[in-house]
Amino acid sequence: MSHKVIHALYNDDDVLMDAVKQTRKAHHHIEEVYTPFPVHGLDKAMGLAPTRIAIAAFMYGCTGLSFAIWLLNNIMIQDWPQDIGGKPSFSYLQNMPAFVPVMFEETVFFAAHLMVITFYMRSKLWPFKKAENPDVRTTDDHFLMEVAVNNNESELTSFLQSTGAVEVKVVEKH
Amino acid sequence: MYTFSSKLKNLAIILMVLGLLGIGYGFFSAPKNTEDVEKILAADAHGEHHAAPAAHGEAKHEATPAAHTEAEHAVEAVKDSAAVAAHGLDSVAAHVEEAHVAEVAKPEAHEAPATEAHAEVAHVEAAHGEAHADEHKEHVEHVFHQLQNKPWSALYVGALFIFLISLGVLAFYAIQWAAQAGWSPGLFRVMEAITAYIVPGGIILFVLLVLSGVHINHLFVWMDPEVVAKDHLIQGKSGYLNVPFFLIRAAIFLGGWMLYRTYTRKNSLALDETNDQTYYKKNFKASAGFLAFFLVSESMMSWDWIMSVDPHWFSTLFGWYVFASFFVSGITTIALITLYLKSKGYLEHINNSHFHDLAKFMFGISVFWTYLWFSQFMLMWYANIPEEVTYYKFRIEHYNLPFFGMVVMNFVFPILILINTDFKRVPWIITMAGIIILSGHYLDFHNMIFPATVGDQWFIGAAELGSLAFFAGLFIFVVFTALSKAPLLAKGNPLIEESKHFHY
Repeated sequence: MSHKVIHALYNDDDVLMDAVKQTRKAHHHIEEVYTPFPVHGLDKAMGLAPTRIAIAAFMYGCTGLSFAIWLLNNIMIQDWPQDIGGKPSFSYLQNMPAFVPVMFEETVFFAAHLMVITFYMRSKLWPFKKAENPDVRTTDDHFLMEVAVNNNESELTSFLQSTGAVEVKVVEKH
Repeated sequence: MYTFSSKLKNLAIILMVLGLLGIGYGFFSAPKNTEDVEKILAADAHGEHHAAPAAHGEAKHEATPAAHTEAEHAVEAVKDSAAVAAHGLDSVAAHVEEAHVAEVAKPEAHEAPATEAHAEVAHVEAAHGEAHADEHKEHVEHVFHQLQNKPWSALYVGALFIFLISLGVLAFYAIQWAAQAGWSPGLFRVMEAITAYIVPGGIILFVLLVLSGVHINHLFVWMDPEVVAKDHLIQGKSGYLNVPFFLIRAAIFLGGWMLYRTYTRKNSLALDETNDQTYYKKNFKASAGFLAFFLVSESMMSWDWIMSVDPHWFSTLFGWYVFASFFVSGITTIALITLYLKSKGYLEHINNSHFHDLAKFMFGISVFWTYLWFSQFMLMWYANIPEEVTYYKFRIEHYNLPFFGMVVMNFVFPILILINTDFKRVPWIITMAGIIILSGHYLDFHNMIFPATVGDQWFIGAAELGSLAFFAGLFIFVVFTALSKAPLLAKGNPLIEESKHFHY
């Protein structure tokens, strides 16, 4: 099933921000906004929910810490508690200071890498992925707002014209 | 303009009066002679057999290292490995016998010279029996000195900690100027008020150092000519550690800090009145220069005022460690006082984002402190060289709860609470975290001074809390008096508009 969307192009981020606010106020549904760089405050203007990736990272960090503790305890204390240079290997706590550098690095490693992978998965990014760019200019100097059409094509077009768009076009989307 | 509320003024005065009572009680209850000590020891049945003999060799090592013989050294080494082997990191009762048993029970825990040390221990034990009477007398003498040091140490730690808070704020203030930070000028008047304590606090601290220098107390063992005469290690350091040079250095450090504080405050007020931006440039340059001076003077200050209570021990990152401790306390104090003023409706241009920034600093510098704490600890623990590891051994054995408790208060608690962005904007959470951080860093300074001056005779009681209360009261009095002397918004600062509209 195909449906129609309107692509409104802007050449200034301030105009775009105003347009987004007006569009939301007029209760038109913004499907997506394409910008060449991060526009500060755009997510708030669009009413997007805050990201939870920091929470995910915290949990990944806890996982990494647990993994490091399990690993070191298993190898250094349980499996083969050798006397290496007089370090006490009777319990985990006794030799803990020597393990802290590894515990720290594992925590950071897990938190960072798993968070990045989460980000890729959630934003559907991978090598050889086909770019979803509706207009090549949006990677250079234009901003594009995509608004859904619900049998109000002419009204919506004129509304978007009035928000300062430099170009408004109706696009058939598959 | 801020007016010093009478409630707060009364609180400050009450704190000072109660604090003075506590300090006075501390001095009054300190033993006057060795007979008093005998009574205390007799009353404390534990004292004779457990903690005291264990502390004996240890504390001797710390305080009167002249009496440091080979044999004692061996005992210490054995106790060291035994304490670790017997899982008793905290077992104060690592008496020689016990150590001996643990030694036999777990030979694999020991390195090559096990048998040698074994022989040494037997030897020492024999000598122990013979010299018992002598040792008892010496021991009483030793405890007497420790108990006499206690009220002085309490006073010194309180004075030092509160003074260093305002010094930490001064460093933070200088960084804000030198970095031309856009968010913080709205808080400059609060910081300037806190640093007003530098002058009275610094004078009190200097008086305490002079009192030590003229042998009113025995906080600094290297100031005692009798000890130095028998101690080759201290003799070797006497080119640096001698009373006149020590006091001259202290005067230079304090003078430099006070000079910078007075100069920038004057310029900052002049900037408001005249709007002449040359004052801004003057402060910018003064701050950059001060930071260079501060870096050197702070490091030396930490060797002089803190590390030299343990003249046999040294650590290269000690200056940074002390800095991180009082820097985070200073930032926390800025946050607490700003929150208080905001809640009273005095800081209209300060918003949640400013608190958020301060809380981020509290969080970040807490982690930085932990990094330095752990780096210092772990390097010494790992290498386990007897002359430097005794510092930590003594603390882990006799200061177990404060030693590890402060790590929880200064690291685990802040990292779990202040990691959340939303929490960093909630006043009561910042306040709670701030109080825990400040208490934790008081403990930090307590753990730096007390083990060397009073050994295992420490306690956080009337004298310690009294000293803290007195200086906190004085601090509140001085800071809020200074706050009421100038408008709370530094309106002449060219960055003030940015600061007013700062949001994160």
